[in-house]
Amino acid sequence: MKTPRSWQDRINPSVKEIPFSGIRRFFDLVSEMQGVISLGVGEPDFVTPWHIREACVYSLEKGYTMYTSNKGMLELREEIARYLVDTYRVSFDPRNEILITVGVSEGLDLALRTILCPGDEVLVPEPSYVSYIPVTRLAGACPVPLKTSVENGFVVTAGMVEKAVTNRTKVLILCYPNNPTGATIDRQHLLEIAEVVKKHDLLVVSDEIYDRLTYNGEHTCVSALPGMRDRTILLNGFSKSYAMTGWRVGYAAGNPDFISAMTKIHQYTMLCAPITAQAAALEALKNGRSGMKRMVEQYNRRRRLLLQGFREMGLPCFEPRGAFYAFPDISITGMSSEEFAQELLREEKVAVVPGNAFGDQGEGFIRCSYAASVEDLTEALRRMSSFLRRRKNCGKILTAFFPGKGLKKEGIYQTL
Amino acid sequence: MFLKEILELLENDARLTPKQIAAMLDMEEETVAGMIKELEEKKVILGYFTFVNWDKVGAENVSALIEVKISPQREVGFDAVAERVYRFPEVKTVRLVSGAYDLVVIVEGKTLKEVANFVAQKLASLENVLSTTTHFVLKTYKHQGTIVEDGEEDRRLMITP
Repeated sequence: MKTPRSWQDRINPSVKEIPFSGIRRFFDLVSEMQGVISLGVGEPDFVTPWHIREACVYSLEKGYTMYTSNKGMLELREEIARYLVDTYRVSFDPRNEILITVGVSEGLDLALRTILCPGDEVLVPEPSYVSYIPVTRLAGACPVPLKTSVENGFVVTAGMVEKAVTNRTKVLILCYPNNPTGATIDRQHLLEIAEVVKKHDLLVVSDEIYDRLTYNGEHTCVSALPGMRDRTILLNGFSKSYAMTGWRVGYAAGNPDFISAMTKIHQYTMLCAPITAQAAALEALKNGRSGMKRMVEQYNRRRRLLLQGFREMGLPCFEPRGAFYAFPDISITGMSSEEFAQELLREEKVAVVPGNAFGDQGEGFIRCSYAASVEDLTEALRRMSSFLRRRKNCGKILTAFFPGKGLKKEGIYQTL
Repeated sequence: MFLKEILELLENDARLTPKQIAAMLDMEEETVAGMIKELEEKKVILGYFTFVNWDKVGAENVSALIEVKISPQREVGFDAVAERVYRFPEVKTVRLVSGAYDLVVIVEGKTLKEVANFVAQKLASLENVLSTTTHFVLKTYKHQGTIVEDGEEDRRLMITP
C-alpha cells in the first residue's frame, strides 16, 4: 500500500498557485469587530425591489421549480435582446446569440475558457475587479496587465493596447464603468481601441455590469461600436443595476457560434441558471426600469456627498463617473493601502478595501463604496477626517524623503 | 431649479443639512439654504416631524379613523364644515374624499373612552354632520413610506469585491 499523499500535494498546481483574493484577509479582520461602518461592500445597499421579489414568490407558487433550457428562458432572452436594442441600438438574436449565465462571473469564465489555449495572452486593465486574472490563469493563459493610473483617468488607451499586443494575444478585457476606480470610458477612446483590436484581430470580452450606473454622459456599449459586434462578447447582468447580487443571474451576448460553444461548457457544468432567479430577472427587465433609475439617482447624490467629504478633508480623489465606488489617493499619509485600511479600521472602525487588492496599480489608493445610507456615509466621512488629521503630517515628513515622487503627486493634486 | 429634488430629499429625511443637500445636488450651500427658507416662508414646507413608534416606549395612545358624512353648504361647500372639524386639537388629520362618505378624520387620544367621547360629543353633534363611523386603529404597519417593524436591516457581508 502506498503512503497517501497530503491533500496539498493533490491539488492541481494551477489552482494552488492562485492566491486568495486580497479582500478575504481583510474581511476576516472586519468580521471580528463591532460598530463598524463598512464602505467596503461591492453591492447595492438596497434590497431587491419588492415587485421583483413578489414576482419570484409567485413563480414558486405556480410551481416554476424545474430546469430551463440550457441557454435560459427564451422569454428572458427576448427581453434582454429588446433591452439591448432599446438602449444601445445593437441587436442580438435571442434564440442563439444570448446565453443566460449564473452572474457575470460565470459568463467571464465561460467566455475565457471558450477562447483560450495554454500560452495565450489576455490583456487585463489594472486596477480592476479581482477575478479577471485568476480566471485567465485557470484557463491556462497568461494575463498581461494594462496599467492605468490616476493621471490618465484609470482608462485603457489604444496606445497601451498596441504596446502590449504580441502574436499570442487573444483577448482584451474591458470593464467600464470600472470597479474599483469608478472610471468610465468615452466613445472616442473606445473607437480608437477598436481600431487596434481590428488591426490585430483580437476579441474583446466586455464586462458592462455597471452600465446603468453611469452618472456623467452616456455609457457606450462596446458591441454597439461599428464593426465590434462580431468581435465582442458582451457580459452583463442584474446584480448591480437592479440590486440583485444574491440572485446570481447574468448573460452573455455575441456571435452565435461562440455562444453555442460557451453553452457547451455551461451545459455540462451549470446546466442552467436557477429558474427562480430567471423569473425575477424577467420581472426586473419588464417593470423595473423606473425603480432602477431612482436607485441610480440616489447613488449619484451619495457620490457627490462622498466626493465633497474627501475634498474637505484634503484627500485627493479622482472623480468617479460610474459604478458606486470612489478611489481616493491616500499616499499623502505615507502609508501603504493595507496599512491605511487596517489602521482606519482599528482606530475609527471604518472599513474600506485596500487598493492593492485590485492589482499593483491600486497601491496608494483605497476603494470606498457609496452604496451606503447618507447617515453612514456622513459618519464614515467624519471618522475618516479625524483619522486623516492625525496621519497627514506623518506623510509630509515621509514624502520629503522622495522629493521627485512628492512633487509629481502635488502637481496632480492641483489639477484635481 | 432643483426645487422638487430638495423637497423630495427633505421629505424623506428632514435632518439633512443645506450643506449635505448642496453636495448631493451639486449646488451651493447658500443657494440651498436660501431656497429652503423661501419654501418655509411660502408655506410649501409646512413643518418637520419625527415618526415615533410610541409602542416601544410603552405609551398608550389611541387613534381612530372616522368616516364622516356631511352636508355641503352653499358658497363654501365642504370647507366650512371641514374647518369646524379640523380646529379641534384632538383631530390630527382631515381629508375630503370621494365615495360613500365625505371626510376621513383621524383623531388621537389617551384612551378609547376619550376618543369615543370626542366623537359622540364634539364631532357627531356638529351641525351639518350627518353621520360618523368610527374605526379604532389596532396596529400600524407602515406610515409615510416607513415600515414600522424592524423590517430589512443590512444583511450584506462587511467586505465584498
